[in-house]
Amino acid sequence: MPPGDAAVHEAAPQPATRRIVNDFSIQVATVNGSGSQTANLVLLRSIFQMGVPVSGKNMFPSNIAGLPTWFTIRANKDGFIGRKKEVDFLVAMNPETAREDVLSLEPGAAVLYDAPLKLKDLRQDLVFYSVPYDKIVAEVCKDAKLRRLVKNMIYDGVLSKLLGVDMGQMEAALRKQLGPKVKAIELNLGALKAGFEFAEHHLEKQDPYVVEPMTKTAGMILVEGNAAGALGCMMAGVTVVAWYPITPSSSLPETLIGYMKKYRVDKATGKATFAIVQAEDEIASIGMVIGAGWAGARAMTSTAGPGISLMSEFAGLAYYAEVPGVVFDIQRVGPSTGLPTRTAQGDMLTTAMVSHGDTKHIMLIPASVQECYTMAMDAFDLAERFQTLVFVMSDLDLGMNSWMSDPFPYPDTPLDRGKLLDKATLERLGEWGRYMDVDGDGIPYRTIPGDGLPAYFTRGSGHNEKGQYSERPDDYVKNLDRLVRKFETARQYVPRPEVLDEPGADIAIIGYGTSHWAIDESLGQLREEAGMRAAYLRLRAYPFTDDLGTFIDRYQRVYVVEQNRDAQMLGLMRLELSSDRIAKLRSVLHYNGLPIDARSVTDDLLVQEGRKTKESLHAGVIAAGVQAGGE
Amino acid sequence: MATKINRIGLEMQPYRGGKTTLCAGCGHNAISERIVDAFFEMGVDSSQVVKLSGIGCSSKSPAYFLGGAHGFNAVHGRMPSVGTGAMLANRKLIAIGVSGDGDTGAIGIGQFVHLMRRNVPIIYIIEDNGCYGLTKGQFSPTADLGSTLKTGIVNDLPPIDTCALAIQLGASFVARSFSGDKKQLLSILKASLSHRGTCMIDVISPCVTFNDHEGSTKSYAYAKEHDEVLGEVSFVPFFEDISVDYDPGTTKEVELHDGSKLYLKKVAEDYDPTNKFEASRLIHEAARRGEFATGILYIEPDKDDFVTLLNLVDEPLATLPLERTRPGREALDEIMESLR
Ligand SMILES: Cc1ncc(C[n+]2csc(CCOP(=O)(O)OP(=O)(O)O)c2C)c(N)n1
Ligand code: SF4
Repeated sequence: MPPGDAAVHEAAPQPATRRIVNDFSIQVATVNGSGSQTANLVLLRSIFQMGVPVSGKNMFPSNIAGLPTWFTIRANKDGFIGRKKEVDFLVAMNPETAREDVLSLEPGAAVLYDAPLKLKDLRQDLVFYSVPYDKIVAEVCKDAKLRRLVKNMIYDGVLSKLLGVDMGQMEAALRKQLGPKVKAIELNLGALKAGFEFAEHHLEKQDPYVVEPMTKTAGMILVEGNAAGALGCMMAGVTVVAWYPITPSSSLPETLIGYMKKYRVDKATGKATFAIVQAEDEIASIGMVIGAGWAGARAMTSTAGPGISLMSEFAGLAYYAEVPGVVFDIQRVGPSTGLPTRTAQGDMLTTAMVSHGDTKHIMLIPASVQECYTMAMDAFDLAERFQTLVFVMSDLDLGMNSWMSDPFPYPDTPLDRGKLLDKATLERLGEWGRYMDVDGDGIPYRTIPGDGLPAYFTRGSGHNEKGQYSERPDDYVKNLDRLVRKFETARQYVPRPEVLDEPGADIAIIGYGTSHWAIDESLGQLREEAGMRAAYLRLRAYPFTDDLGTFIDRYQRVYVVEQNRDAQMLGLMRLELSSDRIAKLRSVLHYNGLPIDARSVTDDLLVQEGRKTKESLHAGVIAAGVQAGGE
Repeated sequence: MATKINRIGLEMQPYRGGKTTLCAGCGHNAISERIVDAFFEMGVDSSQVVKLSGIGCSSKSPAYFLGGAHGFNAVHGRMPSVGTGAMLANRKLIAIGVSGDGDTGAIGIGQFVHLMRRNVPIIYIIEDNGCYGLTKGQFSPTADLGSTLKTGIVNDLPPIDTCALAIQLGASFVARSFSGDKKQLLSILKASLSHRGTCMIDVISPCVTFNDHEGSTKSYAYAKEHDEVLGEVSFVPFFEDISVDYDPGTTKEVELHDGSKLYLKKVAEDYDPTNKFEASRLIHEAARRGEFATGILYIEPDKDDFVTLLNLVDEPLATLPLERTRPGREALDEIMESLR
């Protein structure tokens, strides 16, 4: 199991007759670079195609090949697709972690292992299935060099038989996954079938887990947050993209390149309606975005924490000189290089204020792939409306993992290009100054180079309403105060939180981003396990809207759930809430690099609420970390 | 005397900018004046020009020319990325960037390198005084070995030669000049307006306040004495019908992007400004003699610029209508289907 979770083994083995349908998690433990990704995605997809809600999470090391990787698939009939802490079915392929993986399982879990690992005697309270992979693969794959790559399909075949995953769906998923690679499909199909047949003849079902067809995923899609974000950018009419490779962000611009080449090349001329540049670093990326935004383009970049740090100086320029741009932050674990391939919500505080001086930025916080898509479009509109950077705060869990979702709606609103000055407005206004607050909302009118309207000089140094250099105290204060007014106006425009009130409830929860999935499930656990009702507010943007304060007013104790150590969002709330509201706030924090799970939220809440003691929870110490290589 | 009118019917006045706040006698001011002259004489429409800079005394100067153009005073050393973004947003713009030797050679060397590599269509001027003017006179990376500060401190590191670097990296128009050589600088600037691609122009521009003393190799006196003019630069813009006579073998004729012509008198029989290796050799040999060669050092008139490489549509990306930037419903349907 990935470092961070633990289990104790005291309970007796489960009776084999129990059936648990569409409610379990599978964990495949392999080494990265072994080609297991195809097998894992095929398994995920075939359960999805059977209509069962499912999610897949890859916990991988920061290196290219040879280090431990865990892939978790969770099937859940009720649609809970956050990470499940407990592993019900372990597929042990990695000799290096097998022992520890097995020792940390809950009693009653099943283990499918590579025969030479001889794991059977490690525990008496588990179900074991042994599979001689090398022997089977040698029979179906004559070319010894290719065996390593198809070996993993054998466990898909075995699982198909043991769990009842339809072989037809497996085959369809495999074909979808491998596309036009005919030879590879043939080889993998052979391995899949060999696994199935082996299980049929040699294994006897002893665990309770089964998949049965449902209709809950009908019409739905499976997509990664980064691909969804890319799609949103394309539909938002992005024209200039500058980026620098970094995990877990790279797949966003890379997917975008694919989409743009297909859908944004002029049919008649074969020319591109977009420019995508792999810049020399993140400073150059944001510089290009700012240059392009200033010249009127819809421009964006995508990065992770280290990139945000580098962009800091430019972010202040964009704030102060009022230049639009969109920045995706696919958050990973910091500080510094941190755990580059693990997830966190650790950039919230820095990003809200990134840069020196009094600076504040708009942040949008997607929780789902659909929001990655819609918020990409919101981000461009807000960036142009408010002439500032807008940060879309995704994370590795959302960005790089596959999530099921309703298909995305086609945008039915035109673009909001904000207050671009035109001749008529100029005549109406009579006088124009780049930083004049004509409408009282703090938002000035802007012109862009080449539009033939009055030009101005853009600078990060002190300036007056006309954009002229000024060091006068009154000009400076006036300008900074207008920027605050503009930020206040933004509260009316950003996506409002999603509120689930629970009149008379004991407690309330505030969450954001991917923590949503754990909280959503935890609400049910609290009810069932402790008879506790909790209200829930999911933040979707910074600056906060009024909804936040009034929500807190309605409850006694309000827990802010986040995936960082320092309660960053709670910190942002402290900056603007009244002291009586602040007094109600508490924290539930999760920051071990793994996606937050419902069990952890529920347990933490119950302990803080005095309904459980710390000692009564599953003891939680674990074991060796992953040795990370590259970054 | 009748006021001079240029080919688009404008007087000189609109090409001027705000009143300079730089020191009297600063080389940067003379360069601003030449920029005004060049844009006036070439009849450039200021509303289509963007002026860019980083931070420094030099970087302030875009406020002092072309008042009718949009300006962007970016952050220290990062003007290249801002300029790149602006040119991608609107390929029709004419971009002129002003940097300093600190802004380019120190904090901004990375962005400079990549701007040259990409051959982004920008006129990139380094106002080179061998020191940091705005922070009061520290050495910059173009200070020559052995050059001294006013305080007597000796520079013991070798200089970065921005022209040699630009040539090696792929800039397609590389020149060096001296703020005191009005005629040459004007010809170079005018020629740069006819070129498509990065025009890297390093102009020795003495800082009268911090680096004009004896012992400095970037002082007026030193520059006058060690300026090795490569030979006359004659530029004939496309809109002027002038023929230039020259003896074959003595002059190199280069046709520029917009049809203008450049006549470069050869210093030495074998020197060819379209040959990278020779241009680099010339720069290094002059430096070895303690001189600096000025003129158009290298030119590659037909090299694809970055906008061309990216195969952008002819219209500015910034103002493309929604129909061209948002794919239709069928596209989204197709993508959704592929994800099912
Ligand atoms: C990030 C950052 N670091 C330092 C500075 C301080 N600074 C301002 S101008 C300058 C040097 C300017 O030298 P140069 O580019 O040669 O221009 P000059 O003033 O000589 O024309 C420095 C170091 C700054 N503005 N930003
Ligand atoms: S300090 Fe030097 S570089 Fe700056 S304005 Fe004065 S003379 Fe020019």
